[in-house]
Amino acid sequence: MSNAAIDTGLRRRFARLPLLQRISLVVIVIYAIVVVFGPLLAPYGETETVGSAYEPSSVDFLLGTDNLGRDMLSRIIYGARNTIGLALAISVLSFVVGVSTGLWAAISGGVVDQLLSRAVDVIIAIPKLIFALLILSIAGTSSISLVLTVALLDAPRMFRVSRAAAGNILVMDFIEVARLRNESRVWILFHDVLPNIASVILTELGLRFSYVFLFISALGFLGLGIQPPSADWGTMVRENAALISFGLMTPIIPAVAIGLLTMSVNFLIDSASDRGSELDD
Amino acid sequence: MAAPDDLLLDVRNLRITAAAGAVLVDDVSFTLAPGEVIGLIGESGAGKSTIGLAALGHVRPGCLIAGGSICLGGREVLAASEKARRALRGREIAYVAQSAAASFNPSIRIGAQVIEAPVVAGQLGKAAGTEKAEGLFTELDLPAFGSFGRKYPHEASGGQLQRAMAAMAMIGGPRVLVFDEPTTALDVTTQVDVLAAFRRVLREFGCAAIYITHDIAVVSQMADKIIVLRGGRMVEAGPTNAILTDPKESYTRELVRTRRSDDAQGAGPDGSGEPVLSVRDVEAIYGSHKVLHGVSVDLPPRSITAVVGESGSGKSTLARCIVGLMAPSGGEIRFSGETLAGYASQRTALQLRRIQLIHQNPDMALNPRQTVLKTIARPLEVFQGLRGSRVREEVARLLAQTELPESLIDRPTSRLSGGQKQRVCIARALAAKPDLLICDEVTASLDQLVADGILDLLRKIRDTASILFISHDLGTVRRLADRLIVMKSGEIVERDTPANIFSNPRHPYTSELLSSVPEPRTDWLTEVLAERAKAEHAKIREDHR
Repeated sequence: MSNAAIDTGLRRRFARLPLLQRISLVVIVIYAIVVVFGPLLAPYGETETVGSAYEPSSVDFLLGTDNLGRDMLSRIIYGARNTIGLALAISVLSFVVGVSTGLWAAISGGVVDQLLSRAVDVIIAIPKLIFALLILSIAGTSSISLVLTVALLDAPRMFRVSRAAAGNILVMDFIEVARLRNESRVWILFHDVLPNIASVILTELGLRFSYVFLFISALGFLGLGIQPPSADWGTMVRENAALISFGLMTPIIPAVAIGLLTMSVNFLIDSASDRGSELDD
Repeated sequence: MAAPDDLLLDVRNLRITAAAGAVLVDDVSFTLAPGEVIGLIGESGAGKSTIGLAALGHVRPGCLIAGGSICLGGREVLAASEKARRALRGREIAYVAQSAAASFNPSIRIGAQVIEAPVVAGQLGKAAGTEKAEGLFTELDLPAFGSFGRKYPHEASGGQLQRAMAAMAMIGGPRVLVFDEPTTALDVTTQVDVLAAFRRVLREFGCAAIYITHDIAVVSQMADKIIVLRGGRMVEAGPTNAILTDPKESYTRELVRTRRSDDAQGAGPDGSGEPVLSVRDVEAIYGSHKVLHGVSVDLPPRSITAVVGESGSGKSTLARCIVGLMAPSGGEIRFSGETLAGYASQRTALQLRRIQLIHQNPDMALNPRQTVLKTIARPLEVFQGLRGSRVREEVARLLAQTELPESLIDRPTSRLSGGQKQRVCIARALAAKPDLLICDEVTASLDQLVADGILDLLRKIRDTASILFISHDLGTVRRLADRLIVMKSGEIVERDTPANIFSNPRHPYTSELLSSVPEPRTDWLTEVLAERAKAEHAKIREDHR
């Protein structure tokens, strides 16, 4: 297919989306640009103190300055990199871990399935935020421990969804046919199961991404997320929270950035899963 | 336009289209007088269910009534508001769906569901509803409402549920009932009783009915008039007897003929030579429930052996034991001189290649995300070690053998018709060059004429492989099999050539099974019921002596 053909194909797909989804897609693309080209777009450095504290918005500082006199706009732009990058890393890790164990449990059945499923029940039974706070206060709050901890807490959800979806496929007759050819489990998973559950688990991945994103923002707000002076939207809300009582909008800005992205991702996933289920019928 | 007073339902020039534009029903007209039963018959996609639902003023989502009129008791249904249509449903016209098991709410007691609609609508009080249901249950030959009504749907049999569904439809005292394939999912022996119950209750209450089915023999028992539909259009319409004895259109003739052609196969090859497969005293257990009690079967080479029996007779379990999806708990299965291990995973690649299974439902037996090429190519790669361009050539050859156009080769299997899917399943099995083909109800989910094509194909395959054909449909078996095995409750009750069994059944269960197969003549059901009543009387008299 030529480039032009791909281009018109995409344009037609875009035009067919409902308005809300079109807006969501545009928002997500803007976020992606900010993440990729952040340092080029930001007027000041991430941790540079450029003015006095709590300056209102002006020509120099479009969104004002924060409690230490750093430029809010630059912090938001750098924060996008940190927060979204971290959320992506966590969702992908939890996706890989959760889906592979989920599929393994589904196709093995018996003891393996029981052990994995009950272990997952235990993890899910403990309130996630408290569990995370506990581990992070012991293990420290480096990016690595943050990624590992949140991914571990999130993987059980992916496990459950992929195990259930795979279970529905594994009872189909074409799986029997494959077993009667003595196909390996890996072959069955990759050829017969995964293609048929792809839409379900990818939808779940998108959904989990927005939850993870909210979760690390919450951790940041509680002081256990990305550590200062690195910019992070959750932490930024907390640092400037006092201003809300003076009627200033500074703390609202990172909060809006968080809300806008999660809503856009959710709207888009929603329509994708609707169409996915239509395809399945 | 007002319908004459003596017409209950007057459908004129009905035209229904899909939102996308395809015409589903085109120019269909018929009338229904009080107490009259009209049969709609055709293959799937003929528009018969769509017409049935339209009579209730309902279309499936995505469909549209594009023209025509439907007068119910002199009122134009299509002009009525949705609220007015709702008021008609249940009181004037009611619907009996194909699968009662799927239509009942599994967590509410049957009795409560049967009387729910008129009670909620305020048409009947709870006591009056119960009283009416009691009468209907007796009329439909169901156990007493007091006890049976307290059961949950999963505690009742398929035939009972279907009758309870008819009671649910009748309770609002409608003057027209729409039956949509109500006995299709039932065993033939159950079907007889359900048909008899439906007919009695229709006559008793003087209800008119639209009876939808693909089986011309079934509809002959119920209907006064028959409309033959094809592709949404009326092919032929007329009194039942005229359609059966003197069909005008070739399509109708074909429908009647396939149901009639009861010339049993000859014995075929006489079964000489070492049996391909030899099953000895095989027993099988599900949990604590024994489903096979010492079954022994020999399958001679190049022949078709049919196993018939109703659901629960153990015929599918036998197939699962042979292919290795289930390990027998006793006995032995020998295949060309070697004893087969219980599970497929313990068998040799050669053994797996030589025994192939074809499933009942081709929709579930094909991976919808794979192309035809990939589906058929895999056994070629696994069992024959073919690679590269030779695979494609061989797949093309198999498509030709199973009478599929080669243009389908790159199409995803989800975009094939039911008959095409089943042919792809057969091609996939043939790719392994099997010596034994196990066919588990392979035509059960297909339309009659499509199924006939599959049977022709199997007949050709017999030259290269032995076939074990499992079925509950004696009509099919009669035309296909070289030898016939009748199973009941996990045991073989009779085995012989079809000709011998059909002319002279020795086991009483075989006779019952044979007499339950509907025949395309109007007095069949009456005769069967009379014969059974006579036999019952004779038995009682004998017992008294």
